[in-house]
Amino acid sequence: MSASLFASLTERASFGRVLMRTLVVIAYLIIFAPVTMIVVTSFFSQEIVSFPPPGLTWHWYANAWDKPEFLRGLITSLQVASLAAAVGVPIGTAAALAIVRGEFPGKQAISALLLAPLAVPGVVAGSGLYMFYVLAENALDRDITATTAGLVAAHVLLTIPWTVRLVVASLQSLDRAAEDAAANLGAGPFTVFRRITLPMMRPGIVAAAMFSFIQSFENLDLSLLLVGPGRTTLPVAMLNYLEFRIDPTLAAVATVQILIVGVLMVVTDRFVKLSQVV
Amino acid sequence: MASLSVENLSKLFGASLAVDGLDLSVREGELVALLGPSGCGKTTTLRMVAGFLPPTSGRVLFDKEDVTRLPAHKRSTGMVFQSYALFPHMTAAQNIGFGLEMRGLGSDERQAKVEEALKLVRLSHLAGRLPREMSGGQQQRVALARALVINPKLFLLDEPLSNLDAKLRAEVRIEIRALQQRLGLTTLLVTHDREEALTMADRLVVMDGGRVRQIGSPRELYDAPKDTFVADFVGRCNILPGRRESETAFRTDSGLVLAVDTVADESKNAAAFALRPERISISPGATGDVLGAVQAVTYLGPQTEYHVRVGSEVFVVVRQTPGAHEALAAVKPDDLVSLQWDRKAPRLVPQAS
Repeated sequence: MSASLFASLTERASFGRVLMRTLVVIAYLIIFAPVTMIVVTSFFSQEIVSFPPPGLTWHWYANAWDKPEFLRGLITSLQVASLAAAVGVPIGTAAALAIVRGEFPGKQAISALLLAPLAVPGVVAGSGLYMFYVLAENALDRDITATTAGLVAAHVLLTIPWTVRLVVASLQSLDRAAEDAAANLGAGPFTVFRRITLPMMRPGIVAAAMFSFIQSFENLDLSLLLVGPGRTTLPVAMLNYLEFRIDPTLAAVATVQILIVGVLMVVTDRFVKLSQVV
Repeated sequence: MASLSVENLSKLFGASLAVDGLDLSVREGELVALLGPSGCGKTTTLRMVAGFLPPTSGRVLFDKEDVTRLPAHKRSTGMVFQSYALFPHMTAAQNIGFGLEMRGLGSDERQAKVEEALKLVRLSHLAGRLPREMSGGQQQRVALARALVINPKLFLLDEPLSNLDAKLRAEVRIEIRALQQRLGLTTLLVTHDREEALTMADRLVVMDGGRVRQIGSPRELYDAPKDTFVADFVGRCNILPGRRESETAFRTDSGLVLAVDTVADESKNAAAFALRPERISISPGATGDVLGAVQAVTYLGPQTEYHVRVGSEVFVVVRQTPGAHEALAAVKPDDLVSLQWDRKAPRLVPQAS
């Protein structure tokens, strides 16, 4: 083989590498640009965003703090997300166990059904739920729409599919020989589950809890019709604000929201390596 | 330690018979290897002995006690898994201590035994490591210690060496065998690696299609295989189909007449001539009974392998590599050579069905 051919081959290889890296950088830019823009504009001093800004300020954060709907919305969102995850993750985990380990008729159908809420547009599901809640309210003579319980029940439709998806994946990659080994060493079925299976599922469950929380915390479309006065989630409160004003206050609120999700992911990643689960 | 008997054991998976009427015994302190190609039923047999799979029919006995219906966690066997199956969320010491904990030992007693077991496999310095922080060889030793520390009735090894590299495998093989003999462990080993089986086992059980082909010592199986399957599976073998022609001759289907003794004839329906490559001697030139042309010479270090065409057959011959000045060292493809063997060396065996 001639030296020049060899040289041109390595040249082509390194050109490919450069191209690859460039594309990766561009991809990251596209992903992070909106987030960065929001954080940056939250410090712009003028009301109508223009570039370059005349100055930087913390004013919008103070402004957001002064508006009770945002703080109340944040508290409601945190509450709903925690409850929806707390209810959905155990149910989803149990369902995942049944799907992966169980043998029963209709398994495929149930598995599809459990993931189905992810395929339905949130607004559609939200409208459906709203009508269902109203009917149920009339039948039962008690409030369901605009209650925390009603909102949590709706958000459980988000947390169950996410949990099923993640926990099924982690169960499928779980080495069942470890369970055999535990039985071989004298552990009965319940002890095997408690001491071996459950701890081995932990990364999947932790990741499921985190993603469930985030899905619920960020949800706008499903919640739109189900919130009520004083029971508004943060994304809905932001939308409401947007109807009357456009100023960087929203960017400040969004920055706080991003921060909460970011911190949650970093903390979770310390316990389980997310890249290995998702 | 207990002895193991398996009586007429069968396992049906759907419509396929994975194990078909297997009889097997392992005496106290003996190491028996189940050897066979994948799908021969050896692992299924081991899993039935361990209690992970219920047999379709037949019995499993530890000493004289019938354990066929006993669940795995009540059988008190110590098993080493192919993947080691360590508990990923527990340290080496916790892994080893798990079986003791299940037996209700107090933490002091447990710790003493764990330390002893770690010392046995020379891992005392890694007691606090998690499995993922250890090499494959170290993980394997933790798995060994974990299985042995509970003082099992039976020691079960499922392809324990297949995930180790070649050099380590040879070392661990000797190590496990030494441990097994020193502690007098009644052991059932499952492997598809004939070298592993030949070097470690007191007795070999060659399996195929869910049935036992032959049981015997490594030497018996190697020197006196019962059929062509065993001959071929326990080592390399020149197998030539044909029939006995006289007291001293065998005629192959291709028309070669080969020298054999009557001693070599084990069976009424012998239909193949089986001869190990190292039992044939080779010399340059037309000096012997069987003349052939060299097809290939492969240098393997201590040994050299010759492929010699005789008529339409090709014999594989393995000899100690000749010194540089010996006549044999100059042999190259297309040279004329003579093959010779002790007339008692070949076996006449039936073709495996």
